Amino acid sequence: MFNRIKNRPARTGLFIFSLLLLSLTLGGALAPFDPDVQDAPAESRFEAPSGTHFFGTDQFGRDVFARVLCGGRLSLAISLGVVTLSVLLGSLYGAFAAYIGGLWDFFMMRFVDILLSFPLVFLAVTCMALFGTGITYLILVLALTSWMDIARLVRAEVLSLKNQPFVTRIRASGLGPSATLIRHIVPNTFATVSAFAILRMADIILIESSLSFIGLGVQPPQSSWGGILNDGWPVLAQAWWMSFFPGLAIVISIMSLNLIGSGLGAQREHWL
Amino acid sequence: MSRYAKHRLASIPFVLIGVIIINFFLYHLSPGDPSNLYFSPDYDQASKQALRQKMGLERPLHVQLGAWFFHFVQGDFGFSWSKHRPVMDLLKEAVPATLELAIVSLLLNFLIGTTFGLLAGLHAGKWFGKMLDVVGLLIYSLPSFWLGILLIYIFSLRLGWLPASGQSSLILRTPSLLGTIGDQLRHLVMPAVVLGLVGGAATFRIIRANTIKVLTQPFIVAARAKGLSSFIVLFKHALKNILLPVITLFGIYFPFLLGGALIIEVIFAWPGMGRITYEAILAKDFPVIMAINYIAALMVISGNLIADVLNKIIDPRI
Repeated sequence: MFNRIKNRPARTGLFIFSLLLLSLTLGGALAPFDPDVQDAPAESRFEAPSGTHFFGTDQFGRDVFARVLCGGRLSLAISLGVVTLSVLLGSLYGAFAAYIGGLWDFFMMRFVDILLSFPLVFLAVTCMALFGTGITYLILVLALTSWMDIARLVRAEVLSLKNQPFVTRIRASGLGPSATLIRHIVPNTFATVSAFAILRMADIILIESSLSFIGLGVQPPQSSWGGILNDGWPVLAQAWWMSFFPGLAIVISIMSLNLIGSGLGAQREHWL
Repeated sequence: MSRYAKHRLASIPFVLIGVIIINFFLYHLSPGDPSNLYFSPDYDQASKQALRQKMGLERPLHVQLGAWFFHFVQGDFGFSWSKHRPVMDLLKEAVPATLELAIVSLLLNFLIGTTFGLLAGLHAGKWFGKMLDVVGLLIYSLPSFWLGILLIYIFSLRLGWLPASGQSSLILRTPSLLGTIGDQLRHLVMPAVVLGLVGGAATFRIIRANTIKVLTQPFIVAARAKGLSSFIVLFKHALKNILLPVITLFGIYFPFLLGGALIIEVIFAWPGMGRITYEAILAKDFPVIMAINYIAALMVISGNLIADVLNKIIDPRI
């Protein structure tokens, strides 16, 4: 896999992201502290970064490094869930709109236009505030507000694919329209969609941490990177490390995903 | 007008109606009785009924929904439950503050994004261009709220140069016109720089890619072959084409700024729409939430429309 990716930025991104994943997986081995323990002695609160606590400790004496590693797993899992859902929904929607065509296509795409004119961040914030803030719920809300441009992308791809000779051949061999669409046309859009999905994952990490930062995403005692920033923000003057390191982790993950996504997009032609 | 713009224009009423309906049902589907927030459990049921009556929650759903349409069309946004003031008054204070922040940060965004995007495109592949690419990607990957926190830590808490919150000081040390303007500017610097810089990184990437694309097109090659200096080729022939996407970006950034500004406004305690939304949502202040979503949708649509029309005027090929 690694050798097939010739694009240099994509390789760099993949390398950084793998390192990040590795440290998140090792977690406890790297930071031998319980990220959730709150009964630490008073003198171990607000410790500056040191050899024992690489990223310092917070107002409960919790090790910030352990929390960042633990929160990262949550952040990445949530964004992976959101992207999977929205790609699934967007691909199916766009593919069917393009394949059916005609008036259906017109109305389905106008519906997408209307949704895209919505101030989606406001909608997501409203949903999270009104319905409570479970993780499943967070994933659903973010997925439902982010599938539309994937639908557009897949629709455009399917439109250019559906009149290709190989589709005519498959149809002539007797396979039904839905099966042809799902088994043969949609898989051909994967190369485009996957580059897009990786970029989208970076966006979702950003949105999720923003929501958690203002207290409308993942709730304590669990915390994603945004949640740790939310804890650190009121005590910024005493403990800069609580705000600095989780943010740095967000930057590293977003940057490496952007490198991979745009690199893959540039390399797509060679890859197929 | 293009077919696309016609569709856009025709979809405006649908979007606005959709915004009202979706928000209305989101609110009514959400668990909990909103009147509980404004009602002490010590009081009797009769006065609770009276409160619900006053909030308009006792009427049948379709009547409530109809009432929203009826009032919104007339520009009447009702009365805020948590602030005990007309929603219109809240908006009159908030919209100018948000627009001030949005316009200044958009100017910064385009200034930074186009200048460095052009430089990076012209130096693509050379060390200077590569350096700009790396810096651009780094800033593009920064969460705006984190950049805001870092700036507050450095410039407010450590150095004490800039105020960390608000749009102006309550008490000025030297009350004068110049002092007032200076005070406003000092408050504006950090939120505007955060939004301008992070947005500018997106502009940077697009302008860079477009510069490379335009400079390899036949008409540029022809202009060079004619013997024109690279200076004239760049500024007389290429620049117009390179800067074209900026207009479309305007339509994309405008709604983004409203959304992205929400968190920046909360961090810097900027008295704009984002902060009002945040407070209204926490207080389940339904009339304010409805009005904000409505106004935000209007701004999103008009931003897109303005971009469409400008594009059409500047580039008739579209």
